[in-house]
Amino acid sequence: MIALNINDRRVEVDAAPDTPLLWVLRDHLGLTGTKYGCGVAQCGACTVHLNGAPARACMTPVSAAVGQKITTIEGAKSKAARAVMAAWEKLDVVQCGFCQPGQVMSAAALLASNPKPSDADIDAALAGNLCRCGTYQRIRAAIHEAAKTLSVGGKS
Amino acid sequence: MTTTIENVSRRDFLKAGVVAGAGLTLGVWFGPHAEAAATSAGGGITPNAFVRIGADDSVTVIVKHLEMGQGTYTGLPTLVAEELDAAWSQIRVEGAPADARRYNNLFWGPAQGTGGSTAMGNSFEQMRRAGAAARAMLVAAAAKEWQVPAASIRVAQGVVSHASGRKATFGQLAARAAEQEVPAEVKLKEPAEFIYIGKRAPRTDSRAKVRGTAIFTQDVRLPGMLTAVVARPPRFGARVKSFDAARAKAVKGVVEVVAIPNGVAVLAKDFWSAKKGRDALAVSWDESGAFRLGTAEILAQYRELAKQPGAVAAERGDVAKALAGAAKVIEADYEFPYLAHAAMEPLNCVVRLADDGCEVWNGEQLQTVDQYALAGLLGLKPEQVRLNMLYAGGSFGRRGNPKSDYLLEAASIARALTGGPHAGKPVKMQWTREDDMRAGFYRPLFLHRLKGAVDADGNPLAWSQRLVGQSIVAGTAFEGMIKNGVDATSVEGAANLPYAIPHFRVDLHSPTLGVPVQWWRSVGSTHTAFATEVFLDELCHAAGKDPVAWRRELLAAHPRHRGVLDLAASQAGWDKPLAPGKAGEKRGRGIAVHESFHSYVAEVAEVTVKADGSFGVDRVVCAVDCGIAVNPDIVRAQMEGGIVFGLTAALYGEVTLREGQVEQSNFTDYPLLRVHEMPKIEVHIVASNEKPTGVGEPGTPVIAPAVANALFAATGKRLRSLPLRLS
Repeated sequence: MIALNINDRRVEVDAAPDTPLLWVLRDHLGLTGTKYGCGVAQCGACTVHLNGAPARACMTPVSAAVGQKITTIEGAKSKAARAVMAAWEKLDVVQCGFCQPGQVMSAAALLASNPKPSDADIDAALAGNLCRCGTYQRIRAAIHEAAKTLSVGGKS
Repeated sequence: MTTTIENVSRRDFLKAGVVAGAGLTLGVWFGPHAEAAATSAGGGITPNAFVRIGADDSVTVIVKHLEMGQGTYTGLPTLVAEELDAAWSQIRVEGAPADARRYNNLFWGPAQGTGGSTAMGNSFEQMRRAGAAARAMLVAAAAKEWQVPAASIRVAQGVVSHASGRKATFGQLAARAAEQEVPAEVKLKEPAEFIYIGKRAPRTDSRAKVRGTAIFTQDVRLPGMLTAVVARPPRFGARVKSFDAARAKAVKGVVEVVAIPNGVAVLAKDFWSAKKGRDALAVSWDESGAFRLGTAEILAQYRELAKQPGAVAAERGDVAKALAGAAKVIEADYEFPYLAHAAMEPLNCVVRLADDGCEVWNGEQLQTVDQYALAGLLGLKPEQVRLNMLYAGGSFGRRGNPKSDYLLEAASIARALTGGPHAGKPVKMQWTREDDMRAGFYRPLFLHRLKGAVDADGNPLAWSQRLVGQSIVAGTAFEGMIKNGVDATSVEGAANLPYAIPHFRVDLHSPTLGVPVQWWRSVGSTHTAFATEVFLDELCHAAGKDPVAWRRELLAAHPRHRGVLDLAASQAGWDKPLAPGKAGEKRGRGIAVHESFHSYVAEVAEVTVKADGSFGVDRVVCAVDCGIAVNPDIVRAQMEGGIVFGLTAALYGEVTLREGQVEQSNFTDYPLLRVHEMPKIEVHIVASNEKPTGVGEPGTPVIAPAVANALFAATGKRLRSLPLRLS
């Protein structure tokens, strides 16, 4: 059994140590908000936070996540995460929506460390998240919108 | 797909095979199909097949068109809410079950399905009538209850009221409304009365998709469910010769290994175990019938074919004579590679077999075709195939496979479990990204051979276009779209070129190859828009004319083309010079206009080319005429997304074959546009009172020619093949 800290809860899973964290989340724990898109850390649909930093769960062996604070979209409740989700809804960023939990997680991590990102900051932080529907323009706008709400006291 | 899909044999099958419906609901057809309204448990009302009003005031709209990002789960409920005068907050959405009798696509005869950007065109009247019928029944119930004339009753924001002060919510009236007669005729609002149409209704799926709670096929979890990963042949057309499952079965979690017609499936309790098992499997393939050509050989064959006349798709005047007598003839070949759809959700579906039928969970796009295919495989009646339509993590055409490829694959796996210890367990078949990239069904590779001439006054004289490429519909249920040897989906956008050119001919070769092909967002226009709009630019340059002014002249008989052309050009500032780039950079601006799926789009692209030959697209100005823009924000979103989709193909898109093997595998070698490459996109919508037409596809085909024309303006170099490579 492998013990993990996921969304502030301790869970134990019976999985091979080389199993990617993604499949532990999805198939062992039923946390299906984190998506499988490529399996090789190219698309970002599986983005979670490890100790607050964005990580691609599809290439993170579960053994490497032991002892870290794992946050998934289901547990993303920080001020930044809530502001990002609200902005995403306000601007109707989503289309098919499959990549969006990963986009939200990357955006939330960005805002947590950089509350007022420039377009270049956004590009750098989100370049690992693909969106086949092409919602990038709205993603940028929504991150700026979230930054705005956070700067006026996080009323979101 | 601009042609109505008619398939007589299928229609006959439907008549014979489908039992009369449940009789509880009324479908709003354009025909004499009115049935009695039905009451449902809990004091609710189901006045027709598309609306259910709950005692809790919820208005559930049943949407028959797949939500794959294009906004059907918002746009179609908007139509119901409009005529029902519901509050937007009370709207819920439910995907329709597979039932072609009630939920057929009105443009597709007897078949249910989503595609060809038809959802809004299909639904604009149908869903408004559904809402209006429900409203009339609520009003009738209130009139009876309050003993007042129906005409004196008002409905607004989900509340029915009367000047006397009486009022009731929809939920309070639902049970009594269910006893009212379904109106035979309803009066729809005039555009001036619209409260939702033409304004922004927030997407109904935003919240769940942002929070990760929206359920895609990948997320389906059922008791006892097994996950299957399939080993497929390395080449199209190869078969399994033999396999050794010992090492696969030794992987912890693997429970079964089964042979299916096109490969070997490994089943486990979870994806990772199944994939490890699949990777450990030893399969020997019989490649005697396999397809072994590479891209270069295919193109060489196509160039040979292009020397011979093909089936004529359009002809006027005498092209051969006009070209023979022209002072200057321009000839050029345009080439287009195979393209993968590469939706973010790799293909998958869940199948459960039971004694009385089959149940499927899927981002379901072609219900009737899939029902018949699965019924045929499993020896069932079509109505014994139950389809649960879930959100699709993109499709771009891929989930609407006319051969039901991945559904049949999953059902074959489930069937192979029959008689064993896992019989009847739900099977989730999950393709890896590599499977998704390599297992085929691509936008077909095409060659266009263009010849054209302008006269001494700079007017176009002749245009000859010969296309070579596989037919998408040949051998499928959609084969009826081939007329006189011409697959309408191959030549759409070319055969109907709108420009006033006196001598005009388009013909087509549809070679048969072993590479599986399929429609890909905007279908034929993915290549015809590029070939026509770039070649027109070539002629325009030869004529010494301005690309916008010349197009305007030649589009005098096509006001909607002209409308978007003018709007895009003016918003882009076409009449002013483009701001120069930094030292060593060249900048250019190009325009293209194209109609697809009855919507008209013009795009102006601005590019910057660096000294090293690399380039970027800085700005795109898009104008769209899609008739009434039911939800302008979603129209804009679809143009933005369509442009990114087309730009990705323009910059990167290419599936290549080497000795029959697909060379790409994942986003490493099939890159998609990323956020830092994103141009600034501005979308302008033409005000219109025409019936709404689709927006899912029409934004896509216009960007690549606009960019190629911009690159020519910047560098003088004419790029005639995709993806665009300057150096």
